[in-house]
Amino acid sequence: MRLRDFPAEELFLQGSAACQGCPGSAALRVAFKALGRNTVLCVIASCTSVLQSPYPVSALNLPTLNMAFATGGAVGSGMTAAAERLVARGEFEEKPTILVWAGDGGTYDIGIQALSGAAERNADFIYVCYNNEAYSNTGTQRSGATPYAAWTTNTTKGKEEWRKDVAQIMVAHGIPYVATASLAYPTDMFRKFAKAREIRGTRYIEIQAPCPPGWKFPSSHTVKIARLAVQTGMWMLYEHENGRTTYTAGTQRIIQGQAKLLPVEEYLQAQGRFRHLFHPERDEERIAAIQKRISDVFETLQFTHKMKEHLMDIEISPRL
Amino acid sequence: MRLVETGNHVAAWGARLSRVEVVSAYPITPQTQVIEEISRFIDEGEMECEYIPVESEHSAMAAMIGAAAMGVRAFSATSAHGLAYMHELLHWAAAVRLPMVMVNVNRALGPGWNIWCDHQDTMAARDTGWIQLYCADHQEILDTVIQAYRISEDPRVILPVMVCYDAFVMSHTYMQVDIPEQEAVDRFLPPFRSLWKLDLEYPFTHGSVIYPDDYEEVRFSMQQAMDNARRVIAEAAREYRDVVGGYHGELVDAYRMEDAEYALLAMGTVASECRVAVDELRESGYPCGLVRIRSYRPFPVAELRELLAPLRVALVIDRAVSFGLEGPLFSEVKAAVYGNGGPSIHGMVTGLGGRDVPYDLIVDNAVAAFKGKLLPGSHWPAVRLNDHHRLVKRSLEEYWKKEGVR
Ligand SMILES: Cc1ncc(C[n+]2csc(CCOP(=O)(O)OP(=O)(O)O)c2C)c(N)n1
Ligand code: SF4
Ligand SMILES: [Mg+2]
Repeated sequence: MRLRDFPAEELFLQGSAACQGCPGSAALRVAFKALGRNTVLCVIASCTSVLQSPYPVSALNLPTLNMAFATGGAVGSGMTAAAERLVARGEFEEKPTILVWAGDGGTYDIGIQALSGAAERNADFIYVCYNNEAYSNTGTQRSGATPYAAWTTNTTKGKEEWRKDVAQIMVAHGIPYVATASLAYPTDMFRKFAKAREIRGTRYIEIQAPCPPGWKFPSSHTVKIARLAVQTGMWMLYEHENGRTTYTAGTQRIIQGQAKLLPVEEYLQAQGRFRHLFHPERDEERIAAIQKRISDVFETLQFTHKMKEHLMDIEISPRL
Repeated sequence: MRLVETGNHVAAWGARLSRVEVVSAYPITPQTQVIEEISRFIDEGEMECEYIPVESEHSAMAAMIGAAAMGVRAFSATSAHGLAYMHELLHWAAAVRLPMVMVNVNRALGPGWNIWCDHQDTMAARDTGWIQLYCADHQEILDTVIQAYRISEDPRVILPVMVCYDAFVMSHTYMQVDIPEQEAVDRFLPPFRSLWKLDLEYPFTHGSVIYPDDYEEVRFSMQQAMDNARRVIAEAAREYRDVVGGYHGELVDAYRMEDAEYALLAMGTVASECRVAVDELRESGYPCGLVRIRSYRPFPVAELRELLAPLRVALVIDRAVSFGLEGPLFSEVKAAVYGNGGPSIHGMVTGLGGRDVPYDLIVDNAVAAFKGKLLPGSHWPAVRLNDHHRLVKRSLEEYWKKEGVR
């Protein structure tokens, strides 16, 4: 699948109320293209509540219910249960895809209970967290997804804690599909949505969403920052199904040694939210701490990959 | 079919006969048997219904909203802390204009933990846009749940309905009930109707940002729907009587009011106790009647103005309090008849946290009110210092002395 093979139909319409360079609207556009018209949408309180445009117009060309902040997992459960009944009664020939769209605050923090409940019940819907690593709607406060050392309006010297990892928490729920995605790798994202659509049960997709005003970078750099996040290992692309994790796109290339892991500084320096790590002087300690975490993870993954290849070589070597 | 059943099981029968298709609920005493019975009905193939065992009441209401928005009939049951926990979404369900029915077993809120009856939980949900109907016996629970769907889904209304009944006194006691034939209920209650649903062919967006210049009209439409509901509730009660059988009054249920000069006003099982008190008062020479409020929202303003106009004295009994004022029902009865002449109106708060409200307490206070001997304002006739309070007070006083607090 190449970009030019994406369906031409736009279900996310032009003229939305999003900021310039908004990652949310770009992600919606790709997701809608992959899922198609037979989709019912629930938007959880977030920037997406606003960027869809106010009453009486809408940029969302799918039947849409806006819902309160903590409800994502539960609304999805109710919608899918109702859809089951409508299929049983013959009102739907094919069960529509139920899509819940929430921010990282609505997923990592206030909504994690409802999401966990739904995942444990394996309710049949796709839950998307577009992760702009802060509460953007309320003016960039920290969330459980905000990375270590990042500035937000209530972590003015940089967040002291490391972010949690809800995608891994979802893996631990044993749901049929978990994937991470990036705006810089739209074909990878498209493929993951298209695959998720065909799976039954709870599917969780998390998209890293660099937010120009919140992260303080020029609005033309959204995709560039997203790509740097993957290239420096700050964001990892993978999918998890049937008990196995497969790394994809840029992350896979680093693990397999086809691309180099870039120093995380390149990512940090490109964003105003990490400015205090470099000005007025370099904060070696925090920069090194961030780099170490990433390097440790990739070293392990690269080692495991090499071991596997080595084992494969042994397996397939001719038994003469 | 005639059964001897608990109030909670009867509520489950109401949902079953209403052909509910999605139930999402979370257990809380004293509501649990409602959802246990429904899940048994489903397991035994007696109900074609999806049951979502959500992880909280907030989620129970969110799932109901999702289900109703897809265009199916949804049901839940809760009580006290559960109702409080879903409060945000009570507003959401009503304002996004979806029909649905939920049973609330009226229970006191903690702390201290108290599972017994009062009406504080539903009073606190008064301004959410839900219709609130209060029952006084088991048959009424069954009939009201079915009527509630008719009311909720009426195109003139399209608001959610809460069916309320008292903890333990009704939820756990057994009474005889007539279970109507499914065909009769089907004749009374048409298949699910709503003004909108999430329709793939008409992809509307619901509940997005709305600016000050547009918002008030939406809320005004809810007020109009509530006004319409007055007529719809009365029609539903009468038509139910004719088609299914069973009648419990309309917005109010009046007892011995024809020639009354005095009246008691109450909701739920205290109103049943008031019937005994009315008979007793009549024997002592007071021509007294009872106005039981069935519909608290919409409030029966016209009915109260008419019924109370010829009276000399009325006594309102609240099983809840609006702290800093008085019993909410008391306030509202006065507001309803304001400017219409009518009786002097007294109020008492009692029966909180399941405290017994015996008919002689009602009689004594009624006589005092009728004789003009009751002080105006909030009156708490049953409050006293008992042995437990004295014991705690003594040790607290010691502690306060040590800490220099008091
Ligand atoms: C119960 C509740 N608390 C707080 C809010 C205010 N609120 C709305 S959106 C939001 C932040 C959303 O953050 P996130 O989920 O990350 O989405 P983003 O705005 O970043 O897209 C907050 C705090 C709310 N709507 N509801
Ligand atoms: S603040 Fe960020 S996420 Fe929100 S609309 Fe603007 S660019 Fe998009
Ligand atoms: Mg966010």
